[in-house]
Amino acid sequence: MGRFLRRGETSDDLRAMFLSGGRQGDVFYRDRWSHDKVVRSTHGVNCTGSCSWKVYVKDGIITWETQQTDYPSVGPDSPEYEPRGCPRGAAFSWYTYSPTRVRYPYIRDVLAKLYREAKAAHPDPVEAWASIVEDPAKAASYKRARGKGGLIRTTWDEALEIAAAAQVYSVKNYGPDRIAGFSPIPAMSMVSHGAGSRYLNLIGGTMLSFYDWYADLPVASPQVFGDQTDVPESADWWNAQYLIMWGSNVPVTRTPDAHFMAEARYRGQKVVSVSPDYTDNTKFADEWVALQPGTDGALGMAMGHVILKEHYVDKRTAPFEDYMRRFTDSPFLVEIDAATGTPVPGKFLTAADLGLEDEENAAFKPALLDASGAARVPRGTLGHRFSAADKGRWNLDLGDITPMLSVMDLASWDGQSAEISLPRFDLAPEAGQEHAGGSGVVSRGVPVVHIAGKQLTTVFDLMLAQYGVGRDSLPGHWPTDFMDASTVGTPAWQEEHTGVPPQQAIRIAREFADTAEKSGGRSMILMGAGTNHWFHSDTIYRTFLALTMMTGTQGVNGGGWAHYVGQEKVRPLTGYQQYASAGDWSRPPRHTIGTAFWYLATDQWRYDGLPANSLASPLARGTFDGRTTADCLVESIKRGWMPDYPTFNRNPLDLVDEAEAAGKDPAAHVVDSLTDGSLAFACENPDSPANFPRVVLIWRANILGSSGKGNEYFLKHLLGTDASVRAPQTPQGSRPVDMAWHETAPEGKLDLLATADFRMTSTTLFSDLVFPAATWYEKYDLSSTDMHPFIHSFNPAIAPPWQTKTDFELFGQMAKRFGQFAATHLGTRKDLVATPLQHDTPDAMATVKGQVPQGAPLVPGLTMPKLTVVERDYPNIYERWSSLGPLTEKLGMATKGVKYQVGPEIEALRRLNGATGDGSVKLDTDQKACEMILAFSGTSNGRLATAGFRQLEEHTGQKMAFLSEEHEGSRISFRDVQVQPRSVITSPEWSGSEHGGRRYTAFAINVEHLKPFHTLTGRMHFYLDHDWMQELGETLPIYRPPLDMHRLFGDAQLGEVGAHESGNAEVAVRYLTPHSKWSIHSEYQDNLFMLSLSRGGPTIWMSPQDAAKIGVRDNEWIESYNRNGVVVARAIVSHRMPEGTVYMYHAKDRTVDVPIAETSGKRGGIHNSLTRILMKPSHLIGGYGQLAWAFNYLGPTGNQRDEVTTIRRRNQEVQYR
Amino acid sequence: MKVMAQMSMVMNLDKCIGCHTCSVTCKQAWTNRSGVEYVWFNNVETRPGVGYPRTYEDQGKWRGGWTLNKRGRLKLRDGGRLHKLSRIFSNPKLPGIQDYYEPWTYDYDMLLNSPAGEHTPVATPKSLLTGKDMKISWSANWDDNLGGSLETMDQDPLLAKMSEEVKAEYEKAFMFYLPRICEHCLNPSCVASCPSGAMYKRAEDGIVLVDQDACRGWRMCVSGCPYKKVYFNHRTGKAEKCTLCYPRIEVGLPTVCAETCVGRLRYLGLVLYDADAVAAAASVADEHQLLDAQRSVLLDPNDPAVIEAARAEGIEEDWIAAAQASPIWRLIRDYEVALPLHPEYRTMPMVWYIPPLSPVVDVVTNTGNDGEDANNLFAAIDKLRIPVGYLAELFTAGDPAPVELSLRKLAAMRSYMRGVSLHDEHDESIANAVGMSGAQIQEMYRLLAIAKYEERY
Repeated sequence: MGRFLRRGETSDDLRAMFLSGGRQGDVFYRDRWSHDKVVRSTHGVNCTGSCSWKVYVKDGIITWETQQTDYPSVGPDSPEYEPRGCPRGAAFSWYTYSPTRVRYPYIRDVLAKLYREAKAAHPDPVEAWASIVEDPAKAASYKRARGKGGLIRTTWDEALEIAAAAQVYSVKNYGPDRIAGFSPIPAMSMVSHGAGSRYLNLIGGTMLSFYDWYADLPVASPQVFGDQTDVPESADWWNAQYLIMWGSNVPVTRTPDAHFMAEARYRGQKVVSVSPDYTDNTKFADEWVALQPGTDGALGMAMGHVILKEHYVDKRTAPFEDYMRRFTDSPFLVEIDAATGTPVPGKFLTAADLGLEDEENAAFKPALLDASGAARVPRGTLGHRFSAADKGRWNLDLGDITPMLSVMDLASWDGQSAEISLPRFDLAPEAGQEHAGGSGVVSRGVPVVHIAGKQLTTVFDLMLAQYGVGRDSLPGHWPTDFMDASTVGTPAWQEEHTGVPPQQAIRIAREFADTAEKSGGRSMILMGAGTNHWFHSDTIYRTFLALTMMTGTQGVNGGGWAHYVGQEKVRPLTGYQQYASAGDWSRPPRHTIGTAFWYLATDQWRYDGLPANSLASPLARGTFDGRTTADCLVESIKRGWMPDYPTFNRNPLDLVDEAEAAGKDPAAHVVDSLTDGSLAFACENPDSPANFPRVVLIWRANILGSSGKGNEYFLKHLLGTDASVRAPQTPQGSRPVDMAWHETAPEGKLDLLATADFRMTSTTLFSDLVFPAATWYEKYDLSSTDMHPFIHSFNPAIAPPWQTKTDFELFGQMAKRFGQFAATHLGTRKDLVATPLQHDTPDAMATVKGQVPQGAPLVPGLTMPKLTVVERDYPNIYERWSSLGPLTEKLGMATKGVKYQVGPEIEALRRLNGATGDGSVKLDTDQKACEMILAFSGTSNGRLATAGFRQLEEHTGQKMAFLSEEHEGSRISFRDVQVQPRSVITSPEWSGSEHGGRRYTAFAINVEHLKPFHTLTGRMHFYLDHDWMQELGETLPIYRPPLDMHRLFGDAQLGEVGAHESGNAEVAVRYLTPHSKWSIHSEYQDNLFMLSLSRGGPTIWMSPQDAAKIGVRDNEWIESYNRNGVVVARAIVSHRMPEGTVYMYHAKDRTVDVPIAETSGKRGGIHNSLTRILMKPSHLIGGYGQLAWAFNYLGPTGNQRDEVTTIRRRNQEVQYR
Repeated sequence: MKVMAQMSMVMNLDKCIGCHTCSVTCKQAWTNRSGVEYVWFNNVETRPGVGYPRTYEDQGKWRGGWTLNKRGRLKLRDGGRLHKLSRIFSNPKLPGIQDYYEPWTYDYDMLLNSPAGEHTPVATPKSLLTGKDMKISWSANWDDNLGGSLETMDQDPLLAKMSEEVKAEYEKAFMFYLPRICEHCLNPSCVASCPSGAMYKRAEDGIVLVDQDACRGWRMCVSGCPYKKVYFNHRTGKAEKCTLCYPRIEVGLPTVCAETCVGRLRYLGLVLYDADAVAAAASVADEHQLLDAQRSVLLDPNDPAVIEAARAEGIEEDWIAAAQASPIWRLIRDYEVALPLHPEYRTMPMVWYIPPLSPVVDVVTNTGNDGEDANNLFAAIDKLRIPVGYLAELFTAGDPAPVELSLRKLAAMRSYMRGVSLHDEHDESIANAVGMSGAQIQEMYRLLAIAKYEERY
């Protein structure tokens, strides 16, 4: 019809009409697309993404963002790193102008009133602050108001004044270690993190760890590799021929890089997904292994059983055996210890046992079994590492030694064996034996040799025994075949725990190993939080790592472990550390283990009472009897294994003054005072006001809405406000024996909580002061990750709007105010810093044979923490904060045992950044701090990398410098990374290589260039012989089921169906908090785009079966509670969920669509309202080989997967206020 | 022959991770404004599922697209313009806002401005339409990751059509993602439905647009589009739709959704087609023949006759070169792995899809065979976790054969390349089994797996 009405050419069939002109109607979209500029920036969020983005700006307003696509190429035969990003990042600009943006500084009205009144009476801000916090009624009044609204605008001037006054007051009256800072994941914005950390370290404050606290640290990594975590970049997934995604939902949690997995399938990579639910990544998997949550270790053991049987016993796969001999502790000799009457695996045989005491560090040079039948000490052990005599011999070159995996393979073996006892923890506990748990003993034989008067076997022989792989002539209880479920280790046995058919376990084990054999090690396990957030994750992971070691995959491109949970690599590590620790001005910094800090500060220890021996092996010697895990923590701190701040029950500034007044060495003064009882460790009495943390500064974090395990305990005890804690405190008789018990638990320990953020979270809602922060599109900074090998930049698309400031600016201003008040109240002081025995230093040789000394005298740095006096120039904190101090040049910098001298770099920086009046390099802007970080790191400075390798060459006698010599003249400057993401330079700061454009894989340098691992033997460890590991029954990889919360804490029994007082049915289920598709932790979960694409508020996913039990339908309101608190959410009912398990995706804050709970009458909680901190003693070991502390390298984890919750349908008429 | 150029897209669903980055970048760039709060030019559906707006594929209800009249001629399913004019003020085939969803926000202000009170402040949901409190009960992506909700599974129009029963059971769970934009059809029923002549298909590149000056807001395009990819802006009173990012395309940039796709699964390119052949192709009686008919409308850009005819139509040399370099032609015609979405709507859609290859090896191995063996793989395609029948309802009007062939080619590529990357073994028999050569398989592999930026767009 139109053809009659309008002019135009018509097609022959009259279907179409061709018109010209009329394009004015298009103008709208053309206008909308137009913009003034595009700025490169990224997102400083804890996702490991480190994606480079284009931020579009029009008329001075940020409009939207899309991804950059200009990463350096991966090469012609691989997919590229473009475009990297995810929907969350794509929604970021919403925050800039959103109604949840913090535009001005805020203070709670109660505190504002108190402070302004106090100020009228006390013009000195420090005295004004004292008059509030020292008046119990006043203090309680503002603490009780925390989290209940009433925030009012204040000025920057007033907010900084109060923050600085509170800190000066605390330093003066209690000590600088009563001030703590929490800001995680430096790699996601190094300068923003470092600026605050540098400030705190200059005043002597405490920086809290996060990697272990988040339970993202796989403790198995230090245990096995002697390394915090080192993993392949995502482009290396492409090189794998077999990929097991084990508890890692790659499309959701590694969104920018998931394509490498999807694409590698087209190369013929086989993909397996191990997950309790039918999850996003299962869509890509060739096989879905649906196992019971938390039982992964049993599957890992069974797979190891198959591989050991088929590749080491039935057949001998030469490349595997060769790898095991050279790079693992398999051939090392372990004494059979029959001291208690029951033979068990004991300690490593060392040079000292062989009569070689004259050798330096002989007790730390373990010996292996040589083909000759003799025990020989190979190079590369811990003892070699720190022995001047062994310079050039710290390497994995075996020389004329031929290590034997099994005693049985010795030509000279006489057929002797020993029947040893091994623990098992997979049994149902017997009635009345609750605290002994479901443990038992397996008896199995190992072939033995006698050397130096000891009965010995190899680690490999122990592994075969542990995995139940029998050989002819050995005594003990062995399975008949794979289908024998009667004993530990077989595929049939694991089915009883995991629900995985044995045939599937066998098949996957075979395929994993066969592919590794055919491809030279290109089988990979990509693991994640699903397997890493359990109480016993270290044991789960050790079963995985054992698989990668048995098949020779570590250090091979396309092979090995690929752990991606919270692991964000600060590629320019040395420069960052120097900046953030303020090591240029003072050393050592106060860095501590976050989990223990919060455990004590929030009084979760008062509710715990977990008997340490409930975790112990049935073969334990009783070390843990009569003690709680909290007592283990106290022991660890006092022994100097783990750090803790506040350290003592006295002000460390006063301790030095006292010592000097008495003319004593401060360290000696402390030892004497501890001995005579006039001084004690703060951890022995965390509820004494002398030992409270007083000020906590938080930036780049949301601890109260996200990472805080035991959220309700934080609110109650740390903050002193309303909370929904439901658990009773530990009754008498079950309490810690080494800690003081106050009948009334303190509430409101903290004087000041101050937070900088750009959006409102639980943390800002509960804070006394809120500083308005600049967003990631409003500042300069640096970003890097383990997912890709590039360093790139943040740049401001707009200046910080309203009254917002960058974190850098905030801490500069705070330093100025602090110095101003310090001039009156503090002056220059001397501070006594206690630090633990440190990894990668000779401290790791403090504990001979891992035998915990009893009754040894207090010797700082050996049997107790090291004590160092540090000068604090309090009035000049800002001057120090904003310039480079002298120690960098004087003492150099050390990373993982390699020292870096940066004379030329300092000189160049002086010209680039400018110098202060006394000639110090200026660090007074964020860009200058970026330049310093890049100039002082090997990954961004080829001269430093090469110098580091040359040093390692001298130490190891191996060629390595060529790895970076191609870049010796290269420097990556901040300007460079503003233009484009830049590939890093291979550096001894890491264990892999990018040499010649290859993909980064961890431990390539160890395996290819024979650099020892940073462990006791210098090899990867299956066996750990520390006393506490023996007590826990975890010397070898082992399956430990999830904690039984019913048995341990009286929580509901899994699967229990009951009736709530309302008459509604309830069901008890496993409560898991996997990472969310619609947020990165709590970031973005309040973002309107993400809420619009999801269910618009907190939800709990459950199976139709569980939903039916409680009569709930999709999208109905439910309440979920346990001893720790209560959560209100809506149900999502899906058959992709297994019966008996629910998911509340991490991290649902209480800020959006959370009603009042029926259970508590208070605001429904966050996902962490149902969790609580639990300590595992194996995480607390220090001072021994790879089990020695370093920041974020080792420490107790804030695990949270073992919880159980009870769920019911609630009243559907929800109330919000 | 009238040669015309069409800007087209292929999405490889086998690589889609369901992340919705495309949706968000598109929304931010184009529909992040009042009047179109509920509008997602690009959305991603979890299938099985009811889609957005819900049940849009049920043409028995919505009556979008074309059908054949008694004489075998194309007619709008919902009647021609006269019919539409007759009910221009009352259009019962228009999805209501509840079929899309009621957009909402939260009173975020309360987080900062709550006075001191008894409880922790909270932001509660408010309707963006009425400003009132609401309980959120539907969205553009409500059934995300459910693999079919028990509440709505019976409403998925495709499941209703399938002969095979799909059960919502843990052991049988399956899901995949379907990202959707406007199809920029060769035979657009939205354009044909518009009483104002405001909708048009650009002659140079085939992009279908709404003239914002000419649109009178009758919304017949919304009803006429079977994909429900034209939306009504309730503030301006005009129709709006995906523009294939023409302000970007015109300067040589890919669409926002394509460039920001982190699954790297979108291919963009020019294809040449014979405009004179469209009507006949869209009128083929047998719905199963529509796929071949549409393929035949597309012209080989390397054919000298086509090039000649294109020049005659005034198509520039660089456009012809672009059509020759286009990945679209290869995926649709050379490899025949890409398929159109709902060809039975007869609109000749020009956004095509490579179907997802769901877990296949376990199906084989569960039968006791070697899952890596190519022959076993092929035999197992019809036992896939995602039922072929479901995919066929999406892409081939229910005909399983083309879907199976496409999936077999993907399986063959994996099998062939495993030999290459593991043993440097080139087993031609695998390639031949799907009618390809090893060299072709390797070319396809480079396009699908390595997929460099320059190759995708």
